[in-house]
Amino acid sequence: MTTVALDTAGCPSGLAPPSATNAADPSPFVRRVGNQDRLSLTVRGAKCGACLARIEGAVAVLPGVDTARLNLSTGRLDIAWTGDLSAQRIARTVSDLGYGVAPLDTRAGDAGHKKEEQSLLLAMGVAGFATANIMLLSVSVWGGNGEMGEATRQGLHAVSGLIALPTLLFSGRPFFRSAWNVLKRRHTNMDVPISLALILAFSVSVAETIRGGEHAYFDAACMLLFFLLIGRFLDARVRRRAYSAARDLAALASRTVTRVSHTGTHEPVRAEDMRPGDRILLAPGERAVVDMMIEQGESEIDESLVTGESLPRFSAAGMQVMAGSINLSQPLTGRATAASADSLLSDIGRMLEAGEQKRGAYRRIADRAVSLYVPIVHSTALLTFLGWWLSGLGLRESILIAVSTLIITCPCALALAAPVVQVVAAGRLFRGGAYLKSGDALERIAACDHVVFDKTGTLTLGTPRLISNHVPAGTLQDAAQLARASRHPLSRALTAAAGPGPLAANVKERPGLGLEGTVNGMACRLGSAEWTGARDSFHNGASLFFVRGTELPLELRFEDDIHASASATIASLRKLGLGVEIVSGDRSDAVAEVARTLGIDQWTAAASPQDKVLRLEQLQAEGKHVLMVGDGLNDAGALALAHASAAPGGALDVSQSASDAVYSGGLAPLPLLVRTARKARHVMLQNFGFAAVYNLVAVPIAILGHATPLVAAIAMSGSSLIVCLNALRLNLPSEKPA
Amino acid sequence: MSGLVILIPIALLMGLAGLAAFVWAVRAGQFDDPDGAAARILLDTDAPLPNSALGRPGPGNAEA
Repeated sequence: MTTVALDTAGCPSGLAPPSATNAADPSPFVRRVGNQDRLSLTVRGAKCGACLARIEGAVAVLPGVDTARLNLSTGRLDIAWTGDLSAQRIARTVSDLGYGVAPLDTRAGDAGHKKEEQSLLLAMGVAGFATANIMLLSVSVWGGNGEMGEATRQGLHAVSGLIALPTLLFSGRPFFRSAWNVLKRRHTNMDVPISLALILAFSVSVAETIRGGEHAYFDAACMLLFFLLIGRFLDARVRRRAYSAARDLAALASRTVTRVSHTGTHEPVRAEDMRPGDRILLAPGERAVVDMMIEQGESEIDESLVTGESLPRFSAAGMQVMAGSINLSQPLTGRATAASADSLLSDIGRMLEAGEQKRGAYRRIADRAVSLYVPIVHSTALLTFLGWWLSGLGLRESILIAVSTLIITCPCALALAAPVVQVVAAGRLFRGGAYLKSGDALERIAACDHVVFDKTGTLTLGTPRLISNHVPAGTLQDAAQLARASRHPLSRALTAAAGPGPLAANVKERPGLGLEGTVNGMACRLGSAEWTGARDSFHNGASLFFVRGTELPLELRFEDDIHASASATIASLRKLGLGVEIVSGDRSDAVAEVARTLGIDQWTAAASPQDKVLRLEQLQAEGKHVLMVGDGLNDAGALALAHASAAPGGALDVSQSASDAVYSGGLAPLPLLVRTARKARHVMLQNFGFAAVYNLVAVPIAILGHATPLVAAIAMSGSSLIVCLNALRLNLPSEKPA
Repeated sequence: MSGLVILIPIALLMGLAGLAAFVWAVRAGQFDDPDGAAARILLDTDAPLPNSALGRPGPGNAEA
């Protein structure tokens, strides 16, 4: 098969451009159910309805396919088929459309998270139903106050109680369970006062109903549950999104490897089943998933995501290929030097875990608010009870007032304050081209005062571009005829400049040297100076030489372009008060050039992944909060360690998993990210302020014993509404576009 | 007042019917892919008619 190096266009709104790698053979991941074969794939880059239709349509017409359904929210494609269709063909069909595809290990799926989210949604639905129906009865009790007969009121309360009991048992479980778990460990969290308020409100209301009393708080208890569950559900949804992004790391690690048995047959196996010493075939375009030592073959290896080096490296027998690098030109055979779990990729995975543990120590604003809130509320309720009881009010009335204090202070607004802001901010960022991965990311990004950029693929496009514009069009077309046969980044750049066209005859690729073939009956060569017999170039960057027949070799110069939006982005980041710095793994002269163009004084070149982590630790020791922006495997450790991090949509899955936000379409979304995060933090704090003011007003009313169920209902829904509306303010355009 | 004995159960039953529909929707995975659901409604799924169908009267203009 001849690969014509054309830039396949993915979804126009896609965050991840199609990867240049071949789809790995997913056949070890096929599950057999009855006479049907099933396979789940992770599809990257599908972001709109057109993608959905294109992918499902293309897979559905394959012979024997029964169902093909793509989940656009999670990027999971489920296929079921009968007959002898190969899994490889399905994956190839999707990747040929320009989307990244990897087999998904359903054993390591996110079933647990999904179940949690679903049960919260169910609990919320039940609580909503109960609230609406009890409110229907309560409103008639309040409306008929004075005129309604005692028996009717008692009957309506009894019906309310009958609705509230199962609701409490069903929808209250998440709170009771979590409260019980922390109490067992002699700690406390927000769920303890919630559970206490729910149980007390219900018990007191039952007692009042039996007694034929005037006030029952069934409606308040259910409304409380309903509002709290909305907050809880939104939070779970944000967290699951973050998790499904992290799952992509597992998808990357669960790729398949082509193992060569001693009889010479090739079989696809899961990467985790590889043992050191196994023989592996690394096909052109394939990404290595275990570290290997080459035994046979010569090729060029693209290590840009591993080391940050922008040009491919020539590799031959006896040389090491690190996991994460891409084989560009010729098949390579070698032996695994480490099991998948010990490969560089897993080392970086461990660096990620270490970084994330450090970051886990970060306490959310909401958690800090709760730790203040719980003791205050409980002592207030207790003091209210004691105060009334000691001053001579009956035990029953005192308890009733204390319970109404607990209900009215229950943290509805507090529970909604953060999740609603997160959801609104995430939606706004998504429209601006940035995709938020974790809930507390906003708070951390807002605190950042220093940005560290990686160079290759982050500040620069990561793909070379032809800058020789004096080349005659005919010559360029001839050179492109050779270049179309190669995956080398310079060849692809040349093809991109020349556009579509024919392929030369008899093209041969010599790894490390170049290509040769026949164009219009003339023998031509494209490649290094040595290969074409040219003198070495003075160009401070990459060049190719093209020689046609006996003509003089012609030099074609390339440059790794800086993103068009880079200088504007750096200017606006500086305006936001952030320091800017480059830490790159690339050559010193390449980094210096970019730093000079962008006017960045602080830069580090030739930094290994460890160096990057060290530099970040150094900055953190200086008391800076660093926002790390990078795309490579070599950045992953730094991304995970940094106070907050962002990765471009074209980054390797690992780096995207390690970062808090993924952005697309140049660097422009970065200032938006920082601005939105700061504004979100502002609104969040404002919301907590609202919740505090609300309590300051409501608590005295409750303590004085005026918190009837009607007052509680109005106060609780009013404060929750204010908090939600305030969060929506994030969507308003804040400032004039610069 | 005796009307309440009938009206309240009716109100509750209607609410329960809504709740049952919601529970079914959650269980059936209707909320699993909100982005996909938003996109799917705009998909133009009409495939061109197969040639054999063109010569025959379709269900729309079958009169006999």
